[in-house]
Amino acid sequence: MKRLPSGGRIDRSAPLNIRFDGRTLPAFRGDTLSSAMLAGGVSLVGRSFKYHRPRGIYSAGVEEPGAMVHLRDGPRHEPNVRATVAEAFDGLVATSQNAWPSLSFDIGAVNNWLGPFFSAGFYYKTFIGPFRRSTWFWMMCETFIRKAAGMGRASYMEDPDQYEKRNAFCDVLVIGGGVAGLSAALAAGRAGAQVLLVEQDFELGGAVLSDPVGSAGDDWVARARAELQALDTVRILTRTTAFGAYDGDTYGLVERVSDHVKVPVAHQLRQRYWLVRAKRAVMATGAIERPLVFGGNDTPGVMLAESVRSYLNRFAVLAGQTIVVATNNNSAYAAAADLAGAGADVTLADMRTTPPVEARTLAETAGVRLLPGHGVIEARGGKRVTGARLVPVDGTGRAQGATQTVKADMIAVSGGWTPVVHLWSQRYGKPVFHGEGACFIPDGQDSHPLQGAGTAMAAASLSEVIAQGFDRGAEAAQAAGAPGDAGKAPDGFACRPFWQNGLHPAWAVLTAQGKTLGKAFVDFQHDVKISDIDQAHLEGYVSVEHLKRYTTLGMATDQGKLSNVNALSRMAELRGKAIPDVGTTTFRPPFTPISIGSLVGHEHGRHFRPTRLSPIHQWHVEHGARMTEAGAWMRPWYYPQYAEDLCTAYIREAAHVRAHVGMVDVSTLGKIAVQGPDAAEFLNRIYVNGWKTLAVGRLRYGVMLREDGFVLDDGATARLGAQDYFMSTTTANAAKVLAFAEHLLQTAWKDLRVHVTTVTDQWAAIAVAGPKARALLAKVSGADLGPGALPNNHLTHAMIGGVQVRIHRMSYSGELAYEIYVPAGYGRHVWQALHDAGGAFDLRPYGTEAMGALRIEKGHVAGPELDGRTTLKDLGLEGFASSKKPFVGSVLQQRPVLEDPQRPTLVGLEIEGDTGAKPGALLYAAKADAKGHGDGWVSSTTYSPALGRYIAMGLLKNGRTRKGDVVRVEDFVGGQSLTARVVSHHFFDPEGERKNG
Amino acid sequence: MIRIDCPVCGLRDETEFTYGADASVTRPAMEDTGMQHWVDYVFNRDNPRGWHREYWHHVQGCRQWLVLERNTLTHQIGTCHLARDADLAVKEAAK
Ligand SMILES: [Zn+2]
Repeated sequence: MKRLPSGGRIDRSAPLNIRFDGRTLPAFRGDTLSSAMLAGGVSLVGRSFKYHRPRGIYSAGVEEPGAMVHLRDGPRHEPNVRATVAEAFDGLVATSQNAWPSLSFDIGAVNNWLGPFFSAGFYYKTFIGPFRRSTWFWMMCETFIRKAAGMGRASYMEDPDQYEKRNAFCDVLVIGGGVAGLSAALAAGRAGAQVLLVEQDFELGGAVLSDPVGSAGDDWVARARAELQALDTVRILTRTTAFGAYDGDTYGLVERVSDHVKVPVAHQLRQRYWLVRAKRAVMATGAIERPLVFGGNDTPGVMLAESVRSYLNRFAVLAGQTIVVATNNNSAYAAAADLAGAGADVTLADMRTTPPVEARTLAETAGVRLLPGHGVIEARGGKRVTGARLVPVDGTGRAQGATQTVKADMIAVSGGWTPVVHLWSQRYGKPVFHGEGACFIPDGQDSHPLQGAGTAMAAASLSEVIAQGFDRGAEAAQAAGAPGDAGKAPDGFACRPFWQNGLHPAWAVLTAQGKTLGKAFVDFQHDVKISDIDQAHLEGYVSVEHLKRYTTLGMATDQGKLSNVNALSRMAELRGKAIPDVGTTTFRPPFTPISIGSLVGHEHGRHFRPTRLSPIHQWHVEHGARMTEAGAWMRPWYYPQYAEDLCTAYIREAAHVRAHVGMVDVSTLGKIAVQGPDAAEFLNRIYVNGWKTLAVGRLRYGVMLREDGFVLDDGATARLGAQDYFMSTTTANAAKVLAFAEHLLQTAWKDLRVHVTTVTDQWAAIAVAGPKARALLAKVSGADLGPGALPNNHLTHAMIGGVQVRIHRMSYSGELAYEIYVPAGYGRHVWQALHDAGGAFDLRPYGTEAMGALRIEKGHVAGPELDGRTTLKDLGLEGFASSKKPFVGSVLQQRPVLEDPQRPTLVGLEIEGDTGAKPGALLYAAKADAKGHGDGWVSSTTYSPALGRYIAMGLLKNGRTRKGDVVRVEDFVGGQSLTARVVSHHFFDPEGERKNG
Repeated sequence: MIRIDCPVCGLRDETEFTYGADASVTRPAMEDTGMQHWVDYVFNRDNPRGWHREYWHHVQGCRQWLVLERNTLTHQIGTCHLARDADLAVKEAAK
């Protein structure tokens, strides 16, 4: 392994300092980590997933199964980075992974000798085998397996980098910047279409980059690039992977903005996630070379032939000196010839007995030793290839004579090419079999907005690649409505064989008895051997999808890139069928691994979702309120005095309301304007109670059900004008109620002349409660709020602090209470005016915890009781339901199962002792065992300052007839056992006299 | 991600919409007290393989309820009408 003194597409004037496992590697700008490793003589890079076998560099691209490393350190540490696509940068630090204590001496390698223990279906068998009932055994195994069979470790540190999401639109998305993609972009761009051309590499050119510098392809690519750059309708994104194709012709891309530098420059992103909506797309994703299957085919030093050629021509690295090239097709001849030309000693074993004349000539002219009708049956060597065992083979790849071992430090293999059809398959399902190429390709149906072109469609020659790319690009532009003409396709250029012409469909080299010599892998990443496929077959697996899951073949990042056809051909052979009859698995996004950060973008921490703030929010913060989340809202939880904790504060606040006066910000309540001539009829249908008689200036509490008869929500609705109602909902259900109302009005109730509009954000709301509430409000507003002027369930208009407000007299706390509705922009101003005037009345703000304590004392239901499982009867609200009219849910609430008297019904619980119950605790009869689901559960719980004890609400079977009983309250999560007396849930002031003031 | 051509707002991403319900069932009249009618309306659903009519709500757009044709097999999107016009549109198409 060495760097050649000249050549390659690297910038020798820009040397880079990079290190792998502490060792400095010679690198230049334009290198990848893997090319630098090869230039520095690194052959052992990692250990395999299950057996901890030594793994080296196998490829030069995204298909790399072995050379996976930890890249960077500290918070930017990233596991499972494929060295073959990690662009070299100054200061790069990488370390080996999945090895302990060191890469060279790895204890996990004993798994290699415990092989049978890890064979196909190991996980499943452990689950369903003799140990299935012993959880401890599985847990113990899992701990061991997870440690031993692993990939890299993730960092636990916070990601310091920025990511963003970007939305984009285009007429034609061209995926792949090789010859086919460039041709497609030229055609579409010339026609005037908006084109987005994306290439995962940092350079355009695709396969041309593997040709020697100065080849005819270089000029061709340079001309195409120049023409595209001059078109202002074409945008080119390099370092960008199209990883997923989705419904609606949308595509997910990840642009690696800063992965090629040590640290992103200030204010620059690390990666950008693009969501592209494309009218048409051309998939010019090329093809991936296919491995051959033989014993030890995972040994470091076994590599894909075209990848070896790529290291030679693109990176000026000769990866071996004594090289055996093994092939079943023509394309490896280019690699063999170039390697021999660079001074390597090359033997070419071709499984075909009579290779075509052009191929022979190419090899022989370059000085390659050619062995037709031969295969490599075993790679020799441990941590590095030391030799190749060659054998004459028949048409099925079985040995036909004696083996001979030749010295070699590299075995370069080519089993043909596998078109990269992932994006197409993600979108349209199973690709079709292409007999000549023995591969799967898109079905070519014209109706698909995503079309393949080039070697992704198994194009067999350069002229075909150009023609397909150009035609698909022109068609896409036309279909997208581009005005112009694509003109004439570019001419071709001279190039070496790059496609698997003359492919002989045999991939495994076996003994005459059909066995492998040693472990022969089809999936290098998941350590799936050909014998695992044989075993799965013996165990009766016939579906390719089952085989995939049983053996884990083609899972993880491989996604069938290397393993697919070789596994399918083995399955087909075992079943005596053709490959297309066995079928192929479906590909799933992402095509290559993408970082979680790129998907998250800015949506984490405080930006995970929008935060909703009341118009009075800032006042609460400035006055020391502890805030709590309620859905998307932030609400004041309690206002600690000095160092008060939550409990002390809420008990003080709740007691203060009952003794003096308090105010609480209830702006988060859902508010819906219900307007129109049929508004009363609408309310009459959606609420269980009647609304036809509600006069202007009055308000009423209402309950609504879902269509299935369970309680949906409750709240008060006020009549502001003849055709103008103001509905309030709970904070949690505001959006649900509005959407439900809109649905009914736009579908079943189209005849009702009603409009519903959310006005939640238009109004701030302040509840003022307590014996001194009337006196306070009368003073600040100057309005007559006497019991005669503003009785319960009435509203009036008034001025507070110069602002016109609405005062609704209604009580949630059970005290004399009002709700003040203020235009949102003046919410804080009016709150402040109340606060300023409140001194004389000892007004204190209170938070949601005290509000909850007050409502539990009164036995009002809230979110924990309105949990979607409770009926009017369960909650003791059946008295509200009108029997004179139908309403939403009126029929289905009468289902016999909901009439069962055994159903849990709402009860109050007086907790014995000085500890409160936990919500969710289960209720059991006093003498019953605490087993099973019990007789019910605790829904809401608080300390009641009014009663001087802990109380709770709950739902209890036969609750109505169990008043006075003692029940057990069991919290299995917290390990708490209590007893409680069943009482009415109207704990405090059951007659409701206090609210009359 | 499916994209929906809202008659009010134009072609928009799925993320602006919420799925509502099966649009092939008809809500019984308010005064209908037949238990089975309501059970059918709320609970009983076909699970078709192929084209299906569904209610979608343009909840982060015009807030209109739409009747959308969606193919449950291919996830293709067919016609899209305002729910308030949907019956009309079906009749028109039948002509
Ligand atoms: Zn819309």
